Amino acid sequence: MRILAALKQVPDTSEVRIDPERGTLIRDGVPSIMNPFDAYALEEGLRWRDALGGEVIAITMGPPQAEAILREAISMGADSAILLSDRSFAGADTWATSHTLAAAVRKIGGIDLVLTGKQAIDGDTAQTGPGIAASLDWPQLTFVGKVREIADSVIVAERDVEGGVEIVECPLPAVISILKDANSPRMPSLRGKMKARSAVITCWGRADLGLTEEETGLDGSPTRVVRIATPEARSGGAVHTGTADEMAVVLADLLLGKEAGR
Amino acid sequence: MDYGLSEDILSIRELCADIARRHIRPVREELDRENRFPHEVMKILADSDLLRIYIPEAYGGLGMGSLALCVAAEELSRACAGIATTYAANALGAMPVILFGSEDQKSRYLPVLASGEKLAAFALTEPDAGSDAGGIRTRAARHGDAYVLNGTKQWITNGGEAGVYTVIALTDPDRGARGASAFIVEDGTPGFSYGKKEDKMGIRASATRELIFEDCSVPAANLIAREGMGFMVAMKTLDNSRPGVAAQAVGIAQGALDEALAYAAQRKQFGQRIDSFQGIQFMLADMATSIEAARALAYSAARMIDSGAKRFEKEAAMAKVFASDVAMRVTTDAVQILGGYGYMKDYPVEKMMRDAKITQIYEGTNQIQRSVIAAALIREAASREK
Amino acid sequence: MTARIEIRPEVCTGCGVCVSACPFGAISLVDGIATVSDACTLCGACEASCPFSAIIIRRDKEKADDLGSWSGILVYAEQREGKVDHSALELLGAARSLSEAEGGAVSAALFTDDGSEACRQLVEHGADRVFLAESPALHHYSTEPSTRLLLAAVRRARPSVVLAAATTTGRDLMPRVAKVLCTGLTADCTGLEYDPVKNLLLQTRPAFGGNIMATIVCERTRPQMATVRPRVMKALAPDPSRRGEIIDLRPSPADLESRARLREFIPLEEGAADIAEAQVIVSGGRGLKSGENFRMLDELASLLGGSVGASRAAVDSGWMPYPHQVGQTGKTVQPKIYLACGISGAVQHRVGMQSSDRIYAVNRDPTAPIFGFCDEGFVADLFELLPALAREIRRRRG
Repeated sequence: MRILAALKQVPDTSEVRIDPERGTLIRDGVPSIMNPFDAYALEEGLRWRDALGGEVIAITMGPPQAEAILREAISMGADSAILLSDRSFAGADTWATSHTLAAAVRKIGGIDLVLTGKQAIDGDTAQTGPGIAASLDWPQLTFVGKVREIADSVIVAERDVEGGVEIVECPLPAVISILKDANSPRMPSLRGKMKARSAVITCWGRADLGLTEEETGLDGSPTRVVRIATPEARSGGAVHTGTADEMAVVLADLLLGKEAGR
Repeated sequence: MDYGLSEDILSIRELCADIARRHIRPVREELDRENRFPHEVMKILADSDLLRIYIPEAYGGLGMGSLALCVAAEELSRACAGIATTYAANALGAMPVILFGSEDQKSRYLPVLASGEKLAAFALTEPDAGSDAGGIRTRAARHGDAYVLNGTKQWITNGGEAGVYTVIALTDPDRGARGASAFIVEDGTPGFSYGKKEDKMGIRASATRELIFEDCSVPAANLIAREGMGFMVAMKTLDNSRPGVAAQAVGIAQGALDEALAYAAQRKQFGQRIDSFQGIQFMLADMATSIEAARALAYSAARMIDSGAKRFEKEAAMAKVFASDVAMRVTTDAVQILGGYGYMKDYPVEKMMRDAKITQIYEGTNQIQRSVIAAALIREAASREK
Repeated sequence: MTARIEIRPEVCTGCGVCVSACPFGAISLVDGIATVSDACTLCGACEASCPFSAIIIRRDKEKADDLGSWSGILVYAEQREGKVDHSALELLGAARSLSEAEGGAVSAALFTDDGSEACRQLVEHGADRVFLAESPALHHYSTEPSTRLLLAAVRRARPSVVLAAATTTGRDLMPRVAKVLCTGLTADCTGLEYDPVKNLLLQTRPAFGGNIMATIVCERTRPQMATVRPRVMKALAPDPSRRGEIIDLRPSPADLESRARLREFIPLEEGAADIAEAQVIVSGGRGLKSGENFRMLDELASLLGGSVGASRAAVDSGWMPYPHQVGQTGKTVQPKIYLACGISGAVQHRVGMQSSDRIYAVNRDPTAPIFGFCDEGFVADLFELLPALAREIRRRRG
């Protein structure tokens, strides 16, 4: 099986802080990490490769420093990695990103399965997976909490939807987006780290993918961010002390008052 | 301080730190409380190739040396000494085979140890033979194509969990120290059983048990080197592992210092952070300095071994005795800095203090280490005189 | 024409505001002038922040000629078991409000096995038209048929805006449709406004784990598509006098083909309600000290008609199962009331619950971060306060 794990390098949002005066992001010293959801996608790929044979290719679209997460993927066991990087890719929204990744899938050829994490913790859109599927006209399974089986070119999976779980199947090739806790991502191995350090990472630009400027990056993005603001900062309100009974009365007022107004 | 560590060794440190953060810290308190063996963590360490570090490449290992093992042991100890001891004792158990094993023995045992399929343990100590290793009484009598072992080994780390045991027994009781031999004994061999699991002050995640040999028959092919080489095997094995023990002590101390620093930064008394008080600052400074000195000594001893030095028992002993004394002092100071909170099991430093004590005792007590150092000094001085 | 960023050196004063504004650390001051590195993603934060307008991002200004011919708002109406999902009604409410500025008709797209009841309900809640596809094959949502049918509805209605709920269904369907239409899609919007002058839908949504709110537009293509967070928009009260047109999409067998196949649907157990849908959440953290103690929270949640949530620490300790975890690696919830008990309020937890209407916290540590962002805090031993609270609530109810 040839499996493609699509990864994204993101700022560690738990470390992102807002400058309270300017309302802007403070990015100094915020580390870049592999999108946590993508680690589950990668692990799923590694598992199925281990079970069925084949290879896992890690891919990402990003600036040159995104190479770091590809090396991390190799240290976890990915067989090879491809970096899609080009100045013209900058400013891409999910349309342009999925369009570009789909072009890479076509160029690599022979891919049976594309795995993505549910969403990236910076953009939080969860749109790239279905976008790639649409570009390739492949079936898609989203919100997959568990892959049950891959056999005879058919994948059987559980989708976690509102109100319950769907057991679904679709033929390969397909695009699957994986939820957190679908598996337990493995630690890198020492030999993996050594391999990652010396690995040669293929890098493709716009021309390699046969894409025009209009299809990629900012030009290829139908959506555009026009404003970034801090959410209405909720600052700390009243802090109560006193006996448990006194505070219980105050808290009950708040809870029941609000509840009554529902 | 930059010790000029290679990229490979830095990868080891990074990997161990990652594993410590994700898999060791969350469980260390529970394992300590429940006296429970870290099966899951050992599997993770094995899957990450960390058990391959010290095994030669020809047998599925990475053929890295003593310094690499030290860095791994140090980083794991920083999170939990019990788990680090399990890891290090595993290396110790494999060492006789690595240093003295025949081709046959190496190819039979090293691959399964490299993959973590089986764990190893080293068995020298007996109820009546601790520091006085020469006083062991376990017998190995030759019967045809086998040796029959009778006796008891005590306080064996990984006892009952390991699959492969390297055991020192007397083949010729009349020859004293020259009458001992080293054997590889597998778990499950008839006549080989275990005593109860010990209930220890510290390193409680590590399993410590008695090994009981009752007419236990071991194939002659499992004799390591030759009859009579037992003590040599044991001494060289322990010397080789000693810097790793020093590294464990350094790691324990570092973990304690980390906690003390974090606490002192956020604890406020008299309207100030306590790390603004000189009394605390001086303690922290002394702790950090002594840890760094211990680390430098441990790494130097490890480097000596890696560079092929013929004799290094003095340096290895210095590293062990110094680092373990530092660990005891630093962990005690860490508890002191955390004050009342340090005494509570809710906080990790009391465990570190309990863990540190063993480093002054096992793998040759610090009194024995001092004797070794003194003996080496006197010998060196005498040979300079000539 | 390629998009690119320009610093006007004659205007730049080297004040450095752009340096901090850049979320990607791509700007630095070199010889007192702002200089942009390769890390720039052309997001525009710097352009907006510069007090001297020294930064310009030049973009392709061409617009499609016929943007003006797209008009109205189309709502994808999700249905479950033949019943219209409440999210569809919320979207119709939002659509009616937007249509005041947008000026066009409000339509719904409904794919189901029996639409008679549902169509009426959609019209009563604000739809002027319903694009209906009926077939037994459409009883349960599936990607490819819904994609083809929604594309058909869009091509017939030519709406300026298409909205769907940010449910698993909406988030499965809309990106696929948007990709085929080569148009923009914004996910999980919490705010929508229509600018009648620019003829643009202003779509506001959280990003960076909820640390910032981004406003997004789709200027050059139509329709402007968005998935909308459920339970944020308000449904209108049903008006039985409203009339609407039903347009039959007449799905062909080819339209209904699907490579994916649903084998089975396993509903959630009774009582295992998804906390993401709860209006009141009573949540516990490390301070609860044991799984046993979560019974106190069960009791309170019951009294308040809500659900129990948990911090990651509580879930990792095995006191509550993972579906109850709130936070960056758990669920994001937006209840009316979030009562955090024994939770310190670390940022990873915060991002999961900061959109709650009202946050109340109980913690015995007055320095706990949660007191810095809750509406009212109670410094107390929860083992005393929570039972007292339960007693008080019972007393009032008599």
